[in-house]
This record gives sequence, structure tokens and C-alpha cells, in this order.
Amino acid sequence: MEYARQIEHADIVHRCFRCGYCKFPEDYVDFNCPSYKAFGWDTFSPGGRMWLIRAWLNKELETSPHFSRILYSCVACGNCKDQCVYPRFKDYLLNVFEETKAQLVNEGRIPPEVRDYFKAVSVNGNPYKQPQEERGKWADGLGLKEFTNQEYLFYVGCVGSYDEVGQRMARSVGRLLSETGVSFGILGKEETADGHEVKVLGETGLFTALAEENIMEFKKKGIEKIITLDPHALNVFKKDYPRLGGKFEVFHYTEILAHLISNKHIPLSNYRAKVTYHDPCYLGRHNLIFEPPREVLKGLPGIEFVEMRRNGPSAFCCGGGGGNFFTDMVGPGENSPARVRIREALDTGAEIVAVACPQCAKMLDNAIKSEGLENRLEVLDLAEMVNRVRSIG
Amino acid sequence: MKDIYHALVEIMGERGVSNRPEEIWFYGRDPGVLSPHPPDYVVAPETTEQVQKVVQLANREKIPVVPMGNGMALTGLVIPLKGGIVMDMKRMNKILEVNEMARYVVVEGGTSQGTLKAHLRDHYPNLRHSLPDAPPTTTIAANVALHGQGCLTQQYGFNSDMVTGLEVVMPTGEICKIGSPSLGPYWFSKGPSLPDLSGLFLGWLGTTGIFTKVGLKLFPNKKIREIEIFVTDKAELVPEIIYKLTHLEMLEDLNAWFQPKPLMFKDNYHLNIYFTGDSEKEIEFKRTMIWDALQKFIDNKDGGFMNVQAMKPNLMESPQRGIAAFADVPRGGGFEYSGPITLIELYPRFAAKVVELAEKYDVIYSSAARVISGGHSMMFSISFAFNRADPAMMERVKKALDEATEFALKMGGIPWKPNHFEQKMTMARMDPNTLKLLLMIKQNLDPHGIMNPGNWEVN
Amino acid sequence: MEGGYMNSLKFNEEVCASCPSADCLLKCQYMEFEKDEAHDEMMKIFKGQDSRVLQDCVTCYACEEYCRRGNHPFYLIGERREEKGIYTAPRAITNQWINLTQMQGKQMVGVVKDQALSACFIPELGALGSGELFEDVSPAVTFGAEFMCPAVHTHFAKMSVVKERLPRVMENFKKLGVKEVICLHDECYGTYTSIAQAYGIEVPFKPVYYMDFLLDRLKELKDKIVPLNIKAAYQRPCSNRLIPEKHRLVQEIMDLIGVEVPERKYQGDNSLCCAEIIRSVAGYKLADDIQRRNINDMLEAGAEYCVFNCPACQSSLSEKVTKKGLKPVHIIDLCKTAIGEKGREG
Repeated sequence: MEYARQIEHADIVHRCFRCGYCKFPEDYVDFNCPSYKAFGWDTFSPGGRMWLIRAWLNKELETSPHFSRILYSCVACGNCKDQCVYPRFKDYLLNVFEETKAQLVNEGRIPPEVRDYFKAVSVNGNPYKQPQEERGKWADGLGLKEFTNQEYLFYVGCVGSYDEVGQRMARSVGRLLSETGVSFGILGKEETADGHEVKVLGETGLFTALAEENIMEFKKKGIEKIITLDPHALNVFKKDYPRLGGKFEVFHYTEILAHLISNKHIPLSNYRAKVTYHDPCYLGRHNLIFEPPREVLKGLPGIEFVEMRRNGPSAFCCGGGGGNFFTDMVGPGENSPARVRIREALDTGAEIVAVACPQCAKMLDNAIKSEGLENRLEVLDLAEMVNRVRSIG
Repeated sequence: MKDIYHALVEIMGERGVSNRPEEIWFYGRDPGVLSPHPPDYVVAPETTEQVQKVVQLANREKIPVVPMGNGMALTGLVIPLKGGIVMDMKRMNKILEVNEMARYVVVEGGTSQGTLKAHLRDHYPNLRHSLPDAPPTTTIAANVALHGQGCLTQQYGFNSDMVTGLEVVMPTGEICKIGSPSLGPYWFSKGPSLPDLSGLFLGWLGTTGIFTKVGLKLFPNKKIREIEIFVTDKAELVPEIIYKLTHLEMLEDLNAWFQPKPLMFKDNYHLNIYFTGDSEKEIEFKRTMIWDALQKFIDNKDGGFMNVQAMKPNLMESPQRGIAAFADVPRGGGFEYSGPITLIELYPRFAAKVVELAEKYDVIYSSAARVISGGHSMMFSISFAFNRADPAMMERVKKALDEATEFALKMGGIPWKPNHFEQKMTMARMDPNTLKLLLMIKQNLDPHGIMNPGNWEVN
Repeated sequence: MEGGYMNSLKFNEEVCASCPSADCLLKCQYMEFEKDEAHDEMMKIFKGQDSRVLQDCVTCYACEEYCRRGNHPFYLIGERREEKGIYTAPRAITNQWINLTQMQGKQMVGVVKDQALSACFIPELGALGSGELFEDVSPAVTFGAEFMCPAVHTHFAKMSVVKERLPRVMENFKKLGVKEVICLHDECYGTYTSIAQAYGIEVPFKPVYYMDFLLDRLKELKDKIVPLNIKAAYQRPCSNRLIPEKHRLVQEIMDLIGVEVPERKYQGDNSLCCAEIIRSVAGYKLADDIQRRNINDMLEAGAEYCVFNCPACQSSLSEKVTKKGLKPVHIIDLCKTAIGEKGREG
């Protein structure tokens, strides 16, 4: 069957010069495109993808498993669109990749891992194929209230609901918010997937269905303000839900924490540790939230905060974005992004890598094990950090 | 016939070889105007040994090998004209050694300009290298291999003049050290005071060997870097202006450029005069020397210094991102330039030629000339932008560039990083004995003609 | 469009001939004259004869203020220079300015009804004309070469460019149907009053000087003003010399927002311009000397801030005053700080 290959931003594809600025962060210290770093072929860099997509649109290249892999190994970290030197189209690079993936979805020519992901979300409502009934189990024993008409909804997401590391984070954040008197409720087993990764992976139909359902439910419940655990949820609620009718005020939990810490709402004791911070792409680069997590860390007495070499807008992605957290298109290996990032964290001399995203948490946690650094580095999310500093003395 | 693919996998590992359509398509072309040609394989070595083994295999099996950095020379020098193996050097990206006192660095054959810049900034802030304005992903080895230039070229010559030693994998597979590294652990000289063998490799566009290590001079990095821009409406005054400025022996980079748009640049020739210093006093002294040097032109209203405030942030970037942005002027993702080396006194003739070619071929132009070695010569670039989705435009650009090179040769200039057509034009004009020597060297170093074939060939 | 201009300078020889003072040249900060000599030079200029003024005038605009009889001596100097082919700045710089400010159909026009807020062709003005002070008028902003006052070309003795472009700018405003244009720049207001009047060019709207507008707004928002309690020197721009009657507004605004402007040598009539154009026209030595004297004078007066009225002055001098320990700020930003819209210093 002949598929028409049409993407919305086709008119910018040929304008890429494949100069390679997109491979680097602003100060060129190391390659900052995770798939390029992992695979080492120009075809796996943003410029390479643009050129291949041009060839594919012109029918000079056929769809193939390798072509799909190249597309799906993009972690959507956004470094390329920040660094691209062409102001007239740099902002649409990720759109081009997403639209091309959507075409592959239409053709049914997607990697099996991606197909399985869509199936799990579609059938089970989450990528873990776990029962919907168990979605709220992460909150067991915490005494958190169901959302009725509190000020905020605390939206946890699939990783926070079902993944061990994610659940740990969700519990820390939930506990902290509750004990500091923030007015919030959760959806528990009524919560459904936000659809962010579904969209990034190109299943626009499934995404729209998920989003519209969420929007309807949120409106029905009178939800106006949302605190997210996962920056991926923050991103989709802020950027994609409004055009589907869902306009909410969305915060990341670190923004709330920063406010609580700076207003001294949390009694803290001294906890001596050297800590570095990994900027999640969907919190930092995509949504420009760099300072609140740092305010949290700098507000903890005894903590020595050190920046990684690549931080803030230049942060190197953990490799979990673009659905890779679930599909693992980038693969393991010495140059896998999470392992590169952990080595960078180690170079700071820090004992703790603070994170603000359950996907980063899990990716970096696994990387510590792969690098054999369990005795030297620990991954903690910011709420866990704060709880640790609270519990002493 | 032996299974070449598996032989390559044995050398490189699965990760290091590809003959998949996507890599074949991508690595068979560059962003310039020349037609692509697919390789048969692409490899990406991480060690000198891997490079050597691939070359040995290629020699045995008579398969072409084409080394590449980032492929931004734009003149098709990384296109495998006769198929074979394209060797992407960029995984060899380490900085091996910096000798701060002697001011040199040793890098691998794929180390990028950006990586070196960041490394020096982080660890050796007193040192810098001659950074070209090409994107920072371009490699040091490729840049010196084709006599590239950079921001220190006005002071110190071509970037290839700054080489302090090489490790080369010969076309016949031997690993050869060139210069002081051939005698000891130091990388301070590419040749002198012995017969300078680096000349067998620099400028040969990958036809006589593959660089796996490059020693490169580093230079003092001053605290302050400043710019003045002198503007004149008369091209014929540019040589004298440059002469007066270079007499000062105080400048860093010196570029003369012109372009028709944006409108504020129309009909004028601009000279970017960079200078550096460690104190305000030094900077202000140099600034007044620069202004005084050109007072005559100011008095005659023939030229003046323009206000640089608005443009300064872009001009102080190193490399300048705006240069790559020229490619999007026709909203088409491409530009290519011919940048012959020639005498500065010929500037007005070259400047007129650019405009003439742009009108004749209906293409968008820009031009920048970089002064080399205090004024002994200049690299005069004639640059045309094109829309990659418009093959007719690309063809016109190609013709315009060919004519530009013909003109440069006629004027006694030397093409820089010539494409294989321009190489033939050059060889056709060359002194016959010089050509004989060139071909004899190539034949001896590469008896099977496997190294980037199609380049520096007569027929 | 051919170079036949409908408008010529309305310079009255009789007014000059009967002038008792010749202050236009006598008070010049850059050329020295004996009294009779000044008068004679002016007459020579009128008659189209050679005069050293045509070589040596640095285009500071001050004589437009010094002439109390409104006879536009500076514009006359410009006319004569152009007739004789005399350039002030080098040709390439002169032409660069002409090319830079060409109308190219790239203007930006907000929602304009009766009133427009003109940001000329200076992006910084767009940023300044914002916030609560301008909230009623900022949606009606105009920006672009199509709405740019061509006054700058008087520095380069290109009066023909001024005469060619000003009517077209007027036409562009006329097409918008505006009745009032608030000018965020002295140069614009000076063009639509002084230059237009001098050349008999019709202005189809009422020009409003931004400081008049600002003063009214500050009075409306009086309750929000928290005095700044700072000492500032004021950098008077060259174009204020075209509208000297508006200079007093600076003090009125400063009084309202609690800024003390200590007496200094180079103020009022005796102000020094930012000297950036002088750098192109008369060389760096003179420009550096002017800037040095000006900044030292600010410091000696005890100023903490250097307050600007013109983005071009601000661009020329900000870095230099900062190096000497003064804080550069535009007067509009100072007003924004006074009403709590912009952060105060620590």
C-alpha cells in the first residue's frame, strides 16, 4: 500500500544545513544530543534526522526498521531546538520528528517496543499493564485525600503510580505537601494517563482521546490548579491541553517546595552532604523552570550544592524522554545517556544526585548500578531530600 | 570475493560499521552543490589501530577509503566519488595532551573545534587556538588537512602552519609519526629542523593518508577582545587600508566583507578589525593606534569607523553563529563558497567579480576576505546561497563557483579546498614539473589509488 | 521619485542680518569666534560662500537653541553643506545611515485609532513605552522606517533625505487617520515641530511630547509614587535642542518622583551631547574628550545615576558611565520604578 508522506512542517525540512550546532550545548563541552552520543552516527543526530526525513519525504529512502529506530531514538530533550542557529525554523525541529513518527504510526511501521507501549496504554490505561484498580496504591497509608474541591490536584502520572522508584517519589512529595498544609487532593485509582509520551511517539489519535477524557474529568471535578510530580505531565498540561479546551494552572511540585522552603514553612535541621542537581528536560529546557529546584537545595542547611558541568539549559538528558524510558530505543552501553550523566555527576564529587522527575530518577538509578557506583552515589528526588533533612533531630 | 562487511565488523565491532540505506544515503553527500555518490560502507573508528586495519583491508581489496570530519568544507571532498568506505573520524574525539609551557595540544583525528575550545576554557584559560568560523562540530584534523584558517590566521598564518606534529596512517597501512614526535615524546614541530614531511599530507585532501593525531599550536588568550569596524565605499582603497592596519602588528583577526543585504551594508566594504589585550590600557592604546592609522582616509571622507554596539554580540561570538545562518537567506538550507588565496592588491578585481557573477547567474552573494600572515595574502571568499529544494538554483550556484575559481586561477591565485573539478582546473594550469612532482608523490604514497580517489587526479 | 522637492528652508536673511547677538555661533561649544566674525560667518553661509563653519561644525544642534529668533541656523548649515558637496561623516557612514533607514514595508502598527504611540524605528522605545504608564496607548504603537523621523540625516548634511522622507512619513501617519502622535523620542517631536515648520511641511496630526504625557500620567498615579531619593545627572540629548521649551519638563518629572538633580557645569544651555555622532563627524579625540568631561562633571556633582532621555545616548554612554560607578537608566524606567513597576536597587 502506498502511503502519502505528508507532515505539517515539511516546508522547513530542506532548510537544515546539517551544520551540527544541534549536537552541542552552548559551550561545546561535549556532545549534548543523547542519541548521537549513544550511537555515534551522524544519522542519529538532529541534522541527520532532518536530512533523512527529507530523503524519506522525497521517496529517496524507504521506511525501514532502521529508519524507525533512528526516529524513535530521539529523546526529545530539546537541546537541538535551543542550539540550532536558524531562528526562522529552529523551534519546529521536534515537531518535524513528531510528525514523521505520526506518519510511521499510520503506516504501522513502528518498532515493536513502541507498538507494545501504545497497546499497553490503550488497553490497560498505563504502560505497565497494571490494573487501573491499583493505580492509587502508591498512596496507601499516607492518609491523602481524594480530590473534592481542594485548591490543587496532585497529579502523579503513570510512573509515579506504578514504578517502584516513581512511587517512592510520589509518596515523598505527597507526604511533604500534606504535612506542610498544602490544600490538595489526588485522583487515586480514578487517575488516567496524561498522554504526553503517546503524543511524542506519534499516536495522535490515542493522545487526543486520553487528553479529552482527562480534560472532561478535570472540569467535571472543578479542578483549576494542578501540581504534577512528573515534568512530562507538566509539559503536556501546559502546552497541549489548552488547544483541546483544557486550560489549567499547572505547577511542578518543586515550585511549591521552593515557596515552602523560602517562606520557612518547613522546620529543617542540618544535614551535611554534597549534592548536585540534574535538570529534567521537561522542567528545565522545555519549561524554563531552573531556579525553584535550586532554591530548594540551597535552602537546606548543611547541604553543599555543586553544579554539574552541563547544567540548566545545557543539561544533558538522562535519556528517558521521547518515550525511551519505556521503549529503550537508545539502549544500554557505556555511552548511554544515563551512564554518561552519572559519570558527569561523579565528577562533581557529589554523593547525592538530586532529581525532580521520576523518569530521570529511575534512569539515573539504573545507571549508577551499571557503572558500579552504588557506594558512591545516590539518587534522591527533592522531596526525599527535604524529608531526609526534616527527619534528623 | 571476501565478505567485506564482516571483515569490517571484525575490525570495528557491530557498532562501528554500517551499510544500511540510511547511513549510505547520508554519508554519500555533503551540504554543498556537488552531486552525491554512495559509499559501500561507512565506518567510525575509535582507535588508530582500527583506522590502520581498515586501511590495510582496503589496500588488500583495492577498496577506496574516504576520511571525513563533519563534511562542512562543502566542496564535496568527503563524497566517495568511487564508492568504497567512508570513514567518519568523529568518534576519535579526545584531547590527548596539553603542554602549557610550550603552548601546544595533541588531539585525535576527529576531535572537534568546539571540544578543544571548551577544554581550554575550562582548564587552560590562558591559552586559545585559531578557531575557524565553521560550525564547532568541524574537526581540527580536517581543518588543517585542507589548509583551513581561523581567527589567528592574520597573526600566525594558515591553521596548517600551526601544526606541531602528526600521526598518520599511510595509504599502505603503516602508522607514521611526522615531525618531532617521530623522535621523542614532544609535539613541538611538524618538520623543522628536519626535512618537513608534513608537506606530504597537509593540503592533500585525504589522498595521502589519514590523520589519527594532530599536534597544534596554542596561543596566548588575552582577557579582553575588542572590535572596530572600518567602512569605505571604495573597493580600491581596501588594499591600502589593510596595508596600513597590518603595519601596526597589533591586530588579531582582520576580515574585509561586503554583502547587499541587510540594506545598511549596501554598497560599502567593511573591515572587521579584532584586537586583544590584558588591560583597558592596552586595549585603548591599540584602539587609538588603529584609529590613527586610518586617519588619512577619515580626513578625506573616504572611510570611517562605524558604531559596533548593535552588532558586537554576534561579532564577538567564536565561532560566529551568524555565518552558518547565511544558508537560510533563500530559505533553503544551503550555501557554498569559493575561497581562493590571492594577493590583497587584487581585492577590487575580486570584489567586482563577485557582483558580476551574482548578476550573471542570478544568485544571492556575500563575500568575506580574511587577511593571512600580516598581509602576505588573503583568502577571498565568494559565497552564494541556495535553496536545496531548487535544483536549478543549485546548478547556477555551481556554475558561478566554477567561474569564480577560473577567475582566481587566471589572476594567479590558488584555489582553497578545491572540489575535484577545480583540482583539475588547477592541475591544468600548473607548472608541468610541479604537477609531475605532485603526481609522483601521490603515486608513491598510494600505489593502489585507494585514498579519496577522484581527487588530485589528472584524468 | 525624482529629487525635486516642494519644500525649501524658510530661513529669513533679514532676521539674521538684524540679529544683535549672533549667539548661534558665539555660544558654539566647539568653534571660537569674535563677535563680528560670528555675524559675518553667518551671512557668508547664507550667501552660499565658503565658511570654516561648513568644515568645523560638529552637528551638536545647540545653535538651534541658541538662536532665540527661530531662524534655524543649523538647518541652514546643513543645506549649504549639501549644496557644496561637503560631507560631515565619511561617505560610507553617511550612506550606511541612509540605507539603514530605508522604508521597506516592514512596519508594525498596533490598533491605532485617534492616538498613536510612536516608537520611531528604535526597538528600545517600544520596550520603554509599556507598562502602566502607557497602558492606554501602548496597543496603538507604530514602529518602522515608515514611521521614522528622518532627523538623524541632518547630522550628515543630507537635508535632501529629510525633505524627501518626511512628507512620506506624514503620509503614512495620515493613512492611519490619527489625530495625535505621542513621540517617545525628542528627535521625533523635534522633527514634527521644528523641522517640519522650518520646511513648511504639513503635519496632519498633533504631536505630543512624551514627557508631557508622562507628567500627566504620573500626576494621575500620584498615590502610587514612592520617592526614589536618589541623586542623578541628566544626559540632555542633542535633539532636545530643537525643542528647548520642553527641557523644563525633566525637572518637573524628577521633582515628582523624588530625584535630586544636583547643579553641574554642563547643564541647560551648556549641556554636552553624548558625542557618538561627533566621533564619526569630528574624530575620536574630540568625542572622547567630550565624554570624559561630561562624565567627570556628573561625578563631581555627586550623581549616583545617569539619567537618559534618548536610547542612542544610552547606548553610547551606558558602559562608560558604569565603569565610572554611575548607574545608567532611562527616565521612563525611573518613573516605572517610582510607581513600583520596576524593581529598585537593593
